[in-house]
Amino acid sequence: MLSSRPQFDVLVVGGGPAGIAAAVSAAQSGKRVAIADDNPALGGQIWRGETIHSDPSARAWSSQLRESSVELFPGARIFDQPAPGVLNAETMDGSMVFEYGKLILATGARERFLPFPGWTLPNVMGAGALQALAKAGLPIQGKRVVVAGTGPLLLAVASYLNQRGAIVVAICEQASLATLGAFGLRLFEHPGKIAQAWGLHRELARVRLLTSAWPMAAVGNQILESVVMSVKGTQQRISCDYLACGFHLVPNTELAALVGCRLEGGFVQVDELQTTSVPNIFCAGEPAGIGGVDLALVEGQIAGLAASGHGAAAEKLRRQRAKLQSFARSLEKTFQLRPELKRLAAPETIVCRCEDVTLSQLQPHGSWRAAKLQSRCGMGPCQGRICGPATQFLLGWTPDSVRPPVLPVKLRNLTSESHQPKGELTSVM
Amino acid sequence: MPEQIAVTVNGSLVVVAPGTSVAAAMMRAGASCRTSVRGEPRGPLCGMGICFECRAEIDGILHSRSCQILCVAGMNIKTDA
Repeated sequence: MLSSRPQFDVLVVGGGPAGIAAAVSAAQSGKRVAIADDNPALGGQIWRGETIHSDPSARAWSSQLRESSVELFPGARIFDQPAPGVLNAETMDGSMVFEYGKLILATGARERFLPFPGWTLPNVMGAGALQALAKAGLPIQGKRVVVAGTGPLLLAVASYLNQRGAIVVAICEQASLATLGAFGLRLFEHPGKIAQAWGLHRELARVRLLTSAWPMAAVGNQILESVVMSVKGTQQRISCDYLACGFHLVPNTELAALVGCRLEGGFVQVDELQTTSVPNIFCAGEPAGIGGVDLALVEGQIAGLAASGHGAAAEKLRRQRAKLQSFARSLEKTFQLRPELKRLAAPETIVCRCEDVTLSQLQPHGSWRAAKLQSRCGMGPCQGRICGPATQFLLGWTPDSVRPPVLPVKLRNLTSESHQPKGELTSVM
Repeated sequence: MPEQIAVTVNGSLVVVAPGTSVAAAMMRAGASCRTSVRGEPRGPLCGMGICFECRAEIDGILHSRSCQILCVAGMNIKTDA
């Protein structure tokens, strides 16, 4: 029988590829293992929705997960660590407490958003966001979509939308053809070929792929009607229903920072066994370095094995990890943001969407902290998760230390009483 | 044929397939999710529960993240103030 304050040998936070691989690997040794994930279903962003059934690797891992003894807590959003080894979570219908011996952080990444005039209009959203919404029932058949920003996600999203009947008017990648070429992606010259290379042949063969292209403005009355793109120095206006725009990924490191893990260059610092600076806490996947699903799976396995006392088995995966990490480094270099993007936001462009703080209101301040105190930038419900990376790029600011709760939480769930054992929470699974 | 789910968005009936998020239902209805501090309409941005731009009033609960909640028959959904 489950107690409402379950104790786990290994607790994994995040149920994407890294988290699933970590939990499955840790559970092999018979340890009591759980996954807590803040989404209503496991799979993370990349294996969202039907992908967990259609992608072969996702299917294999999810069937291993089903056959394992791993306990699943979807919809459990960790917001505080009141004491070492104890985590408080908010659930759909209340709160709960997890106790752990070893913790594996597999909290994934989010899209980086950069402000430009009109980016707050409805129907301007992240590239992954539009895909997620389409998977969650947003009809996109016949809708005109411009996919823009930077990174390999753009192609995957365009392919998915195209497959679902959307009209992908253009894919606009800010990186230059030369940069992509240096990465070995000369195939970008031939969308059909790159599509083939990515297994997206049919879907993208007829889609216009523009390089050195980025959004200058989103235009519309109360809702998006068109976008003005800069394409190799000239302006183009494109009518569309949706602008799916993300500038690669930023890691979700808030929880790692909260539990005291050292960060370096914005990522969680880990050793060969994915151990963080806190000895019983491990980190796998994007928070330790943006590297995509294959690297996340390998790091997850290493973390899971190491956390369950099988460090020797984990060692065997090191070479595989090194190879994938070098690919990750070239990804980072290729999809680096070009300096022109710093000039996209006009003085009156909103940077902090929660509090409607404009660029001109931020500019007089010298730091994230000063801007926060004076303008409320970063003090809304996203807690700087959207505007933080934006101000880092635009103004060179680094966010302050993280404080609990790391997510907005209902007051009643913050009170200590709600963390006392409660029978009904046993049904959370 | 899976059964359809009927919800109301700002008082209008919207019929969606099972598995549809509240955010998707609101977009279908042409409704914005929330009104910003300055009075601008806003819709979903991140689609993964981080940005809080999609927050709406769902069955009387203010500031619910509509992209993380699935539609249930009879749900009463309103644009957040």
